[in-house]
Amino acid sequence: MTLIAFIGILMAGGLLAWIIARWNETLSRWIALTVVLIDLMWSVAILVSRRPDFSGTDWLIRFDYPWIGRFGIGISVAADGLSLVLLILTFFLGAVSVVVSWREIRDRVGFFHFNLLWVLAGIAGVFVVIDLFLFYFFWEVMLIPMYFLIGTWGHENRRYAAVKFFIFTQASGLMMLLSILGLYFIHGINTGTYTFDYFELLTATVGTTAGRWLMLGFLAAFIVKLPVVPFHSWLPDAHSQAPTAGSVILAGLLLKTGAYGILRFVLPLFPDASRELASIAMTLGVAGILYGALLAYGQTDFKRLVAYTSVSHMGFVMLGIFSFNELAFQGVVMQLVAHGLSTGALFVIAGALYERIHTRDLSLMGGFWTGTPFIGFITLVFVMASLGLPGLANFIAEFLILNGAWQASHALTVAGAMGLILAMAYSLRIMRKIFFGPASDMASRMSDLTLREKVVLVPMTLLVIFLGLFPQHVFNASEKTVKDILGVVMRSQADAIQNANENP
Amino acid sequence: MSRADIIFLLPHLMLTLGAVLVMMAIAVRRNHFAVYVLTCLTLIVALYFLPKTASLPHNVGVLFVVDGLGVFNTMIIMLAALAVALMSYAYFDTREERTGEYYMLFILATFGACIMVISGHFVSFFLGLEILSVSLYGMIAYLRKRERSDEAGIKYLILAAFSSAFLLFGMALIYAATGDMTFEGLSGYFSAFDELPILVMTGVGLVVVGAGFKLSVVPFHMWTPDVYEGAPAPVAAFISTISKGATMVLLVRFFLAIDGFRFPVVLTIFTVISIASMVVGNILALRQQNVKRILAYSSIAHFGYLLVAFIAADELGVEAVNFYLVAYFATMLGAFGVVTVLSHPERDAELLDDYRGLLWSRPALATVFVVTLLSLAGIPLTAGFVAKFYLLASGISTNQWLLVILLVVNSIVGLFYYIRIVAVMFDSAEEREARPAGYVGNFATLLILVVLLVWFGVSPQGLIDVIRNLVGVG
Repeated sequence: MTLIAFIGILMAGGLLAWIIARWNETLSRWIALTVVLIDLMWSVAILVSRRPDFSGTDWLIRFDYPWIGRFGIGISVAADGLSLVLLILTFFLGAVSVVVSWREIRDRVGFFHFNLLWVLAGIAGVFVVIDLFLFYFFWEVMLIPMYFLIGTWGHENRRYAAVKFFIFTQASGLMMLLSILGLYFIHGINTGTYTFDYFELLTATVGTTAGRWLMLGFLAAFIVKLPVVPFHSWLPDAHSQAPTAGSVILAGLLLKTGAYGILRFVLPLFPDASRELASIAMTLGVAGILYGALLAYGQTDFKRLVAYTSVSHMGFVMLGIFSFNELAFQGVVMQLVAHGLSTGALFVIAGALYERIHTRDLSLMGGFWTGTPFIGFITLVFVMASLGLPGLANFIAEFLILNGAWQASHALTVAGAMGLILAMAYSLRIMRKIFFGPASDMASRMSDLTLREKVVLVPMTLLVIFLGLFPQHVFNASEKTVKDILGVVMRSQADAIQNANENP
Repeated sequence: MSRADIIFLLPHLMLTLGAVLVMMAIAVRRNHFAVYVLTCLTLIVALYFLPKTASLPHNVGVLFVVDGLGVFNTMIIMLAALAVALMSYAYFDTREERTGEYYMLFILATFGACIMVISGHFVSFFLGLEILSVSLYGMIAYLRKRERSDEAGIKYLILAAFSSAFLLFGMALIYAATGDMTFEGLSGYFSAFDELPILVMTGVGLVVVGAGFKLSVVPFHMWTPDVYEGAPAPVAAFISTISKGATMVLLVRFFLAIDGFRFPVVLTIFTVISIASMVVGNILALRQQNVKRILAYSSIAHFGYLLVAFIAADELGVEAVNFYLVAYFATMLGAFGVVTVLSHPERDAELLDDYRGLLWSRPALATVFVVTLLSLAGIPLTAGFVAKFYLLASGISTNQWLLVILLVVNSIVGLFYYIRIVAVMFDSAEEREARPAGYVGNFATLLILVVLLVWFGVSPQGLIDVIRNLVGVG
């Protein structure tokens, strides 16, 4: 029930914020903020109170209720350590999004917060549902409000970006729906129980060919969201055109749903097919790392630059997931959190700059450090995080992923590690272009961070440092999930080897 | 005719009575409001007299089969007709033409559709279809002073007459070969064959041509955009829902009776029609600037989708067809309802420009339109999604992967034009002339439709239970 409450509060809060805004826009903002903060504190409380249980066999919280009996669809939600970590990230970045929009969004305030909270509800839903139909449902629920966020409050080319985002994700989502249905009927015909329940479907026996196709359907949705090169082309447009809150949610959360989906659904449901695809997937991951980093270096639009760094960082996720070992998996989970924080913060900074100088063009910026050292310092921290400086969360993540990937493929790991060098190049370029060099005309318009912006950015900074120094907290939470998923893959591998031995 | 027969046909008899009463009322005194109220009352009384579930099925002679499928769809048609009637009042009240006869034709057309869904015989099939068609000629061309309305009427007249001829010829051929015109008798005849004799096959083919025209599936779709564009908005709503739905139900009944999909040639024909409708409907909709034409092409595509479940033709398939029809009815009525409300006395609101900035100038109305468009696109939280899910489920359960994948691909193409309309409504509003005053009936209808769309999208189990109870084959 707790998990349903998380989502329900967001949805109800969204409606309330929309209605209230007719009379009082500030109140509407406060409602949105309160709602997200309640969820945030609640989820943190659960994480803290349940900490000893993470090694147990059961899921932390579960709730089942039949919904559409005709098809065996239930409102089934459950959270384990991984879900909980991602939920907290969701609510944290949700609160950040509300606060950064305080000044930026001035028209249609109510509708904005409605969309914002419903996107969050959709994302929170995706992280906790264990009914595949419901999963698709939430997958779509987060889509429409995001479309509105980009299309209504975005920058100059918002319409194009919104439609592109919508079509890409919707099209790939439908592929997933087909696969879900395929799995549903294959399992139903085999066993006589027609259900979308995740645990039930985990036991489904799917033929090799069917398994491959079904997995590709799931994977289509997830690698578009992640995104994996060459399915990334919606991302730079969507990220750079969205309002600040939209960019934060897109980069910080929406991309994570793709990684979560692969971990939670693709690997456990189709371990055989996943192993077959591993080398291709890892190669695509490395391609993403390098390609994203190279393109990031070439951008002149600040937000677009950060968007391409996301492509690069998500390449690490892909590389780690398909390495199939615990080190890499833990690195992936860490990367999800770290990237959410660091890229989210960079978008907040981009928004803050845009509010002051009304441009995202790096070539118009320069020499801001002297006048506004605080914003410069914060940027420096996140830029360093983004390039993987030891002591910050991203370093732990990328180090573990590379470490794990090394066991799977030497060549790909070496190539992936090159990405870190490129990351150095683009990250330092950000600093140089914006804060150093000759002072541009814009420097006079700059003012340092306001209290509201500090309230957002300082905790993010502290968190990135904290997780960089004490990453074990995240690992503890996700350890069991990671081991379970890995166990399924390893079992399938063992079976395959045994089969090969028996029938040479 | 026994007493029981009359009781089972009471809803239909009420409609005929209503039509006569409306005609007499006009003769006494022309009063738009009175005629309108009389029409609504007729429909409500007819709905009240729908047979109770427990007593089904009942055969009235050889002509009619009053079973769950028939009663359910009679109900849906009458409810849809009620919605159209509510919209029509506001629409015709602001226009100068004489209004009374419209309602008479309207009731008769509804009557024709209701006959179709319970017919179990070629004669009742044809009579129902003709009553529907002939009434529609008049309704489409009702706004005589508008050039396009006339053109649409003539176009529909000629093509519908043609298709009726095809239909009749097909029926005649089947009769010549089998000596029977009841679906029940044909069922026995067809089950004796592994392959269709050429004469019967031709007959079935010609029946498909005739029905395909009414369903406006490709390649019998040419008239659709022109007629939708030219017809008054409520009439377009009527054609796209009631007329098509009734024909679909009739086809379901006919092909279930003869177990038509046992024959590869029939399967091939419908597969080709389905694919062609999806693809052509969606592709042609992409470049349209006229909302009514977009809806026309969209409805062509939607019947292509629907045929996927129709081809499945098992329990799940029939359920899917019924669910889809309900969702599609509610959606299309909602969409045309918005068009109706926004229309000027001189011109229907049909250009995309008429919708620019609607979300900011008339948020409530725009929200309705957004919901219907999302439902047409099959986005979750709307009935359209569950309906599409149903289709996919029935397609996959019978292993029609080609159709299912094409359905998905086409849904994506469809997204482009639905989203384009949504995007236009999001544009910043510009100054516009005042809109005609609203009518309570309109808004109530739209509100109910939107609530239904969301309700069936969020909690479809209730509707599914009703459908399973009434039309469940097993």
